Amino acid sequence: MSSQPVTHAGPAHGRRFLISWIVLSAIATPLVAILLGPLLPPGNGSSEATGQVFDNEVLVAVVTPVCVFVLLFLVYALLSFSNRTGELLDGPPTRGDTRIQVTWIVLTTATVLSLAAFGTYELLQSGSGGGQGPTAAFAPSGSSKALDVQVIGQQWEFTYRYPTFGGVETPHLVLPADTLIRLHVTSLDAIHSFWAYQLAVKADANPGTDNIAYVLTKGPRSFDIHCAELCGLWHGYMFDTGQVVGQSQFAAWIKQQQAAFAPVTKYLPPYATTYQPDPQRRAG
Amino acid sequence: MSTMAVEVRPPAWRRLIGFNAFTGIVLGVGGYYLGWFVGHQISGGSIGYYASAADQNDISVILGYFFGVIGFLIGLGFGVYPWARLRGYPPSLREKETQGTSRYFGLCTDHKVVGIQYLIGIGLFIFIGGLNAMLIRLELMSPTSHVFPPGQYLTLVSMHGTMMMGMMTSGILGPFANYFVPLMIGARRMAFPRIESLTFWLLMAAGAILTTTIFFGGFPTGWTGYEPLSDQANAGMDSYLVFFALVGISMCLLGLNMLATIITMRAPGLTWSRLPMFCWGVVATAILNLLAAPVLVAVLAMVMLDRTAQTSFFLVSGGGSPYLYQNLFWIFGHPEVYILALPGFAIVLELLPVFARKPLWGYRLAVAGMLGVSLMSWLVWQHHIFVSGINSDLRPFYMLSTEIISIPTGFTFLCGLMTLWRGQLRYTVPMLFCLAWFFNFLIGGLSGVFLSDVPSDVTTHGTFFSMAHFHYTIMGGLIFTFFAGIYYWIPKMTGYMLNERLGKIHFWLMFISFNSTFAPLFAIGFLGQPRRVVTYPHNLQFLNQWVSISAFVLGFSMLIFIYNFVYSLLFARVKAPANPWNSLSLEWQLPSPVPVHNFDRIPVITEDPYGYGSPTPAAVPAPAPAGGSA
Amino acid sequence: MRGTTGKLLGVAAGVALAGVLIGFYVAGWLAGNSVPFRPQATGAPGSQTVNLTIQTVAAVGPTLAPNPDWVSYLVRDNSGHWQRQTVWTLPANATVHVTIYNFDGASGLRNPFLGQPEGLVGKELIDGKPLTVMPPDQPSHTFAVPEMGILVPIAPVADNAKNPCGYAPCALSYDHRTITFTFHTGAKGRYRWQCFVPCAAGWIYGFGGPMQTVGYMDGFLNVV
Repeated sequence: MSSQPVTHAGPAHGRRFLISWIVLSAIATPLVAILLGPLLPPGNGSSEATGQVFDNEVLVAVVTPVCVFVLLFLVYALLSFSNRTGELLDGPPTRGDTRIQVTWIVLTTATVLSLAAFGTYELLQSGSGGGQGPTAAFAPSGSSKALDVQVIGQQWEFTYRYPTFGGVETPHLVLPADTLIRLHVTSLDAIHSFWAYQLAVKADANPGTDNIAYVLTKGPRSFDIHCAELCGLWHGYMFDTGQVVGQSQFAAWIKQQQAAFAPVTKYLPPYATTYQPDPQRRAG
Repeated sequence: MSTMAVEVRPPAWRRLIGFNAFTGIVLGVGGYYLGWFVGHQISGGSIGYYASAADQNDISVILGYFFGVIGFLIGLGFGVYPWARLRGYPPSLREKETQGTSRYFGLCTDHKVVGIQYLIGIGLFIFIGGLNAMLIRLELMSPTSHVFPPGQYLTLVSMHGTMMMGMMTSGILGPFANYFVPLMIGARRMAFPRIESLTFWLLMAAGAILTTTIFFGGFPTGWTGYEPLSDQANAGMDSYLVFFALVGISMCLLGLNMLATIITMRAPGLTWSRLPMFCWGVVATAILNLLAAPVLVAVLAMVMLDRTAQTSFFLVSGGGSPYLYQNLFWIFGHPEVYILALPGFAIVLELLPVFARKPLWGYRLAVAGMLGVSLMSWLVWQHHIFVSGINSDLRPFYMLSTEIISIPTGFTFLCGLMTLWRGQLRYTVPMLFCLAWFFNFLIGGLSGVFLSDVPSDVTTHGTFFSMAHFHYTIMGGLIFTFFAGIYYWIPKMTGYMLNERLGKIHFWLMFISFNSTFAPLFAIGFLGQPRRVVTYPHNLQFLNQWVSISAFVLGFSMLIFIYNFVYSLLFARVKAPANPWNSLSLEWQLPSPVPVHNFDRIPVITEDPYGYGSPTPAAVPAPAPAGGSA
Repeated sequence: MRGTTGKLLGVAAGVALAGVLIGFYVAGWLAGNSVPFRPQATGAPGSQTVNLTIQTVAAVGPTLAPNPDWVSYLVRDNSGHWQRQTVWTLPANATVHVTIYNFDGASGLRNPFLGQPEGLVGKELIDGKPLTVMPPDQPSHTFAVPEMGILVPIAPVADNAKNPCGYAPCALSYDHRTITFTFHTGAKGRYRWQCFVPCAAGWIYGFGGPMQTVGYMDGFLNVV
């Protein structure tokens, strides 16, 4: 069953492989970073988006040598170490090598820890556009002067309230450019998720919760809004297009909305960070 | 070995009477209607508050299912032994039946029979889940013309995910661990044979219940069943709840059985440091099975109470919180995905030494890797809910823990890759599937690095990017190794070889179409398509169509496998030698197929099964009985 | 070998059975589809006019549906019969005049914002009188097409009405409110419409059951 061991005495496979890996990685990593970098989502529609793109670029740069390592290893091994004769031959009885194990553990641990540290650093900047719950710990500088906008998720539409403009509610989201915005995302029924792709904002809309996300808008643009959490029948249709407009245009727009929706604004509940609508409805 | 044959077999109709699956189904259906009736007595035609119509009576549906399952189990004969013990009979081992295909249709205490039952049973339900996947991709070929109404589509999506997750958690432990763990450790049986059979039949009942959801209107929540949507859903939601509860019970008992067997029933000389890698993987998985499944059952029970008894565990208006559901579900849910991944690691590390003809490199490191993954999987669950409004201070911790879990995963890669180094690689079909694992899990794992990074996750959470990630790790990691296990172990289980050429065609078609299907999904997610949607922006249509066509090819490759399976085992019937792969592992020292009592004499183990390449031949354990070519 | 023929037959039978079962399975999923209703259009293509008459009822009744006590929309087809069909085909760039007869009582809005009509040509008329905004406890249903910006709250039959309609189809002799409005279809596409009033009694937040099923309180506008 087992037979004479055959060692591939001959070329120094290990050294060959390592050198090939280092060379290939040195070529591939900058190539990937340069070619793929600009294509990485979500673009630079907001300061958070730019931060995420940078984050992705770093991740891609770290991940490429790892990927090259494993793929090159596989290719090398499959090409060099195949049993070519069909005879039942054994390989050498190596059961381990402490040096390799320790090196591997040290390298992988160091990579992983630095990635975690880097991610935390990015997160600390401004929360990276993610929903942070009611006590958002990662607020960017200048957050005390942020514009509050509430996003209300309901089955199956988002509506938006501007507390600093009389609590007016609008069916479409318009934001001023170059402004720090504090989004309060909440839901009236099931769990939704407010995802503004180009602004790189995603915050779940949980009933009874005020989920805060920060976004620092840049220049005027439109952005896609999708619901990113399955919320029932029309989840796939719960999308919209939002706008970032110049600050004076925004001021004009909000005035116009206040006038247009004045009849219904008096029926709205006072602005609150969460709402508790009555869950039971009597039979119609 | 008993050579006495049964003289006269009773006629077929007579054989149907007794404790078996047929009786089980009859009593199960009867039990269902009994439960339905009791449910209506409890709550009348309609419950005032939360169920308006008689056909949406959740209490009836749930009680119907429970009584049905109990009827089913009684019909199978699971009540016989407990009833005997209650009447004072001493504990005893049930006789293993020695022959007849009717063994496979009832309670059989032979672990080998249970293994084969699992293989066929899980295969059947996976087929249904896979069919759903084909229908999903059919729908997604166009963003505007819809094949299915949107409500049906959501149920298709939910059923696909739920069926796959529920069935594949026992995908490797069920068939292969049940069959081979006793053989690998030198035992004649599992620690709890009746419970072993119970885990199988519970899973079958669960699968049948999930398919009946179509009759109750389906369920719209996806496999994660988030509240409050699951509270709002029709009666079809109850099918999901009962399915997963039964799966959870089955998983828990399976883990218990595996641990008890491996801990207590190892042959003399089989110390922990000589235990085959597959068994170590089973141990790591069984720990998670045992501890995580109860959390699932508990949270589903809470949802059932919310839906029937009008509690409000998860409804804000009653003082509850949907966060409770999310956290409890994912405390189960994350170990669950490692329950799916770890057996894959185990199979790869078990098979590589055989086909590289080298000892497993770094045995202790590999064990540390698997146990490390098992342990760490408890500490990472909130990475599924990074942007849901959890306390933001927690997120750096979970980012760190999720990144750290890739370290023990990396040990598996290192040990596997170094086993290949300077080996004498033989590219048999099982080996091809194991090599594909490296490629698939690499991509899956690296995409996990992106998802674990909170800023990156903000854009990719809930999109097709995370879909691609878990399909690469679960399908690329688990299903590929599942097939590796099938091609490797079928000669031992049945005594016949699977056709190698068809196997290679299956492998290559599956590998190429799998990557063609799921790699573009990373791009689709990056470009902004959320999960579980029935419509998407027009510019993504080409990619979606590419994915759909590749998925159809992937489905076709499964048909090639089924053809190979049926052809090789029913028609070609090429007799397998006792050890076609020249493996040193203990189960291959027995004849194919394995005799009922496994070993003539319990072997004494003197070394681990990776003694390839040694100057002296590996010490072969107790001689196999005559009849197999050793 | 005779065993082989037997096995072949067995396998063939198995494959045939599997094929039939799969066929039934897939057909079952497709069964929810129905032929969309296309109201008659007058005028030149590109500027057509369509009249749509709809009624909303509290319970569909045993003749019309598998779920007899679900609320629903019904549309009057071109031969004057009421059908439970919520997928309608409309021409693009057309003017659509809609009349809704509501036979259902008030349920109220969860979000009061949805009480102000939007996206219409002219005003919404309730029993002939124009509506600016409806107080939140009044709407019985809404007809809303979010992608087209259309929102129409529907006024209720009073709770103490003397002659309410029990089951569909409801004749105009029962107590009802008449809501009329006009909107413009724009570009081609498939737009979903829904009701925003939590009128599904018995489901959490009133949004289960008929509120989440196409054919009752949800539907599609195929603008072609």
